Amino acid sequence: MNPLLRVEDLHKRYGKEKVIRGVSFSLERGETKVVIGPSGTGKSTLLRCINQLTIPDKGRVWLEDVEITHARTNINHVRAQIGFVFQNFNLFTHLTALGNVRIGPIKVKGMKKDEATKLAMEELARVGLADKADAFPAELSGGQQQRVSIARALAMTPKLILFDEPTSALDPELIGEVLQVMIKLAQEGMTMLVVSHEMGFARSVADEIIFMEKGVIVEQCSPKLMFTCPSQPRTAEFLHKITELYGETEK
Amino acid sequence: MTFRWDWLPKLAEGLLLTVEITAVCVAIGIVLGTLLAAGRVYGRRWLRLLCGVYIEFFRGTPLLVQVFIVYFGLPSIGVTLSAFTSAALALGLNTAAYQAEYLRGALQAVGSGQLQAARSVGMPLRQAVWSVVFPQAFRIVLPAWSNELIQMLKYSSIVFTITLYDLMGMGKKLAAKHFTYLEVFLVVALFYLAVVLILTQLLNLLERRTRLPGLGSDVEAPAKYRLWTPLRRPGGRGR
Repeated sequence: MNPLLRVEDLHKRYGKEKVIRGVSFSLERGETKVVIGPSGTGKSTLLRCINQLTIPDKGRVWLEDVEITHARTNINHVRAQIGFVFQNFNLFTHLTALGNVRIGPIKVKGMKKDEATKLAMEELARVGLADKADAFPAELSGGQQQRVSIARALAMTPKLILFDEPTSALDPELIGEVLQVMIKLAQEGMTMLVVSHEMGFARSVADEIIFMEKGVIVEQCSPKLMFTCPSQPRTAEFLHKITELYGETEK
Repeated sequence: MTFRWDWLPKLAEGLLLTVEITAVCVAIGIVLGTLLAAGRVYGRRWLRLLCGVYIEFFRGTPLLVQVFIVYFGLPSIGVTLSAFTSAALALGLNTAAYQAEYLRGALQAVGSGQLQAARSVGMPLRQAVWSVVFPQAFRIVLPAWSNELIQMLKYSSIVFTITLYDLMGMGKKLAAKHFTYLEVFLVVALFYLAVVLILTQLLNLLERRTRLPGLGSDVEAPAKYRLWTPLRRPGGRGR
């Protein structure tokens, strides 16, 4: 069987800047992979190239046996199967939490409103926000907004969820609630590709960590291996800086 | 000073025509302006250019010239429209250009993240714009749009030049007949003012009703302190 997601020789440049220079990897069903690396190395661009929010210059992406990058592929149909969680949440400002979660099933899948409402309430409960269903995004904290946006992704029953630095815009004390939801999802078998610097999260749930720098994958291995004996000196250096920054002491 | 009560029914008749012309032209403006704004923001290159040319033409030429082209000019190429149709059409085409510009600003103010999020759920562009961006843009544009509505009510006074007896036209007729320019036009001015004040209240109500947390103007005096709200005039303009 094909892997759930396969990325092959992806390239993307903005003007002269080559942001991604030949990235290939794959993701099996139920796997969680975490992408780390210094800022400006194309991690977010990589995620956006997968669901074509950014169109790559070269390379191919498959979701199961559908080639997403093929010109004939209905991209909306593919996107409906891939959840995307943004760094800045991007909740729909004019809709309540409930409205945000059910709009996808209603508008994209043609689900009936009461059915979609029931589903949306379940997803909100899953991220612990059933009591905030009627609140507007502006009335929620950053952590709550991000959990709603995860519920919004879940309501589409996606095959895969892409997380683009989901906790980077949050106050430190709000990061935990979002990570808890993500850990739960990973344990429930959701397939996830996460760009994040949360080493604790990577260590506890990632099947593999991908270390990217300057548009290429430098190293890709299990968290245990990466934290104990990275094969590339550059990986060790980056991990050292990150642990220094976040004061990570556990081994 | 002389004042005659029998002016009032005549002026009310004129006012009705003024309101009718304003209503029709603003309706044309909403539909056409929305299309123009969407075309200018989301269209392909040629469509953006086309909408841009339209908007610049109608904003760059005097309204009176536009009215004259439609009423006096078009018949020479075989298109003869009634005075009312000409007026409503010319004013509608004009306000569409302004409304399109206000709405364009509002669409751009909504932010690309909203559109990206809608697309990432799997909505086609058209649906994403319609169900996610527009509902927000309409709330943002409402104050500017209210202003435009009031401007059109007042600018419609130029239609007296194409034989219509709107409030202005009727006033001019009465004034000339009785040679009472000051008195009649003061009453005409009061009529305009009354309608504008009523409209302002209604539009403020609409703004309050459609306001959502995080969208539209959040800060406002508590209702009990507000007998009436003064007209907002962010930078008046002429045509």
